Amino acid sequence: MRLGLLLLCLGTLVVASFTSLDLQWAQFASLDALRSMGRFLAEFVPPDTQPAFLRKVAQGTAETLAMSALGTLLAALGGLALALPASRPAPLARGPVRLVLNVLRAIPELVWAALLLISAGLGPFAGTLALAVHTTGVLGRLFAEALENAPPGPGAALRAQGAGAAQVFFYATLPQVLPQLVSYTLYRWENNIRAAAVLGVVGAGGLGQLLAFHMGLFHMGKTATILGAMLVLVAAVDALSYGARRLATR
Amino acid sequence: MTPPRDPAWQGRVFWSVACLLLLWPLIVATEFRPAVLFDPDSLRVTGRFLAGFLPPKVDPAFLAEVARETWRTVAIATAGMALAMVLAVPLTLMSARVLSLSALSGRMARGPFWLRQGVRTLLIVLRSIPELVWALVFVRVVGLGPTAGVLAIALTYGGMLGKVYSEILDSGETGPTQALLRNGGGRLQGFFYGLLPQNSAELTSYTVYRWECAIRSSVVLGFVGAGGLGQQIDSAMKMFNGGEVATLLMVFVALVALADRVSAWLRAWLG
Repeated sequence: MRLGLLLLCLGTLVVASFTSLDLQWAQFASLDALRSMGRFLAEFVPPDTQPAFLRKVAQGTAETLAMSALGTLLAALGGLALALPASRPAPLARGPVRLVLNVLRAIPELVWAALLLISAGLGPFAGTLALAVHTTGVLGRLFAEALENAPPGPGAALRAQGAGAAQVFFYATLPQVLPQLVSYTLYRWENNIRAAAVLGVVGAGGLGQLLAFHMGLFHMGKTATILGAMLVLVAAVDALSYGARRLATR
Repeated sequence: MTPPRDPAWQGRVFWSVACLLLLWPLIVATEFRPAVLFDPDSLRVTGRFLAGFLPPKVDPAFLAEVARETWRTVAIATAGMALAMVLAVPLTLMSARVLSLSALSGRMARGPFWLRQGVRTLLIVLRSIPELVWALVFVRVVGLGPTAGVLAIALTYGGMLGKVYSEILDSGETGPTQALLRNGGGRLQGFFYGLLPQNSAELTSYTVYRWECAIRSSVVLGFVGAGGLGQQIDSAMKMFNGGEVATLLMVFVALVALADRVSAWLRAWLG
């Protein structure tokens, strides 16, 4: 009964979606379009493998990695700074800070990058800031939850001995939650490498910027090389994180 | 009274310095120059752009257009997800280990084994190419518009759904399905009467969660010309129209929050 109702609603939504969008299947499935698609794909081979260009792609990959690492690091610091007021019981600090975290998190990295281009200019700096801003929202919320769930015992013991708020935080609360904070941060770093690879499409540095540039000029061989580098990067990150998880849970 | 002393200060200082040294190449590689943000020119441009945010643009004609584009965003995500399921379900049936007849008695036969590996590789490739890259490619082939967005979501999410569906099916209770297969039931019968009743809640809840993600990514796809809210945000930003950007961003945040609520509620209702 429930399922039937749900399926009915979903079916309506799907039908409404397909009918209201002016989708060009005819153009896509026609013989002409297939031929132009084939030509388009054929242009991808051979990928450009000149040493000079490969060096440029390697540099783009390094830039992508650096953007993701620095962005995540800044976000960990910013997230911790916002998580402190967000995890306090006082509703006056908690409410507004949580709202800020939600807004930071709701706007995707790419939209942040496009916004930040205005003040940071084209290049990897805007991309790094965009990753940092979005990830601050994500990590801030996770960190606040970790801080709230930290066992209160050690902190209370220090406080009973006359320690101040900063001492309690640095010597009791932080050491207890640190492993959890580090694991959240590493998990977001993994996500951010993937995000940083495509962020450049709006002009924010890394492999994405190279991709958008060469695709715009119809350099299909070069585009193929960049796409290959992206795939290798994503696959390597996946494999490394899978291996690390296996090692950690063994 | 002795002054407070930290017994671990040497280690702390050492690691702080080491981290700063490691950080330096990153700062160089990302051209990290915060001073650029506070440069007078850049401050003036940013200030003018941000000042335009207030008041957000709310005239009826613009709001009607925003409503239409919001629906297009949801429609692109929904149509993309529908196609992704059409793609994922057959691939799941091919790649799930529980549905293998030869695996019932010892090792899987060679043919089915390689078929499964092939399908899994296909799913990995579909999933590892970001939807934004698919969209860039399809914009070239079919032109600007929602078709590119729908296809991009269908391919990437098809790969994700296929992989997770077969993991869910393989990790669940396999007894009833194997009993059906052993007694001569077909593989489709095994799926519909053995696997589906047990795993339907988990499968649906994952699909709903992915639909929520698809709405977010359909906005991003608009930035490369796939229609919807993203394309509006992109063009408003290129025109430096702060008022429009403010309205569009608020609508977008509200849409994401709504999708989040609907998806949480649906999952609770099903679970």
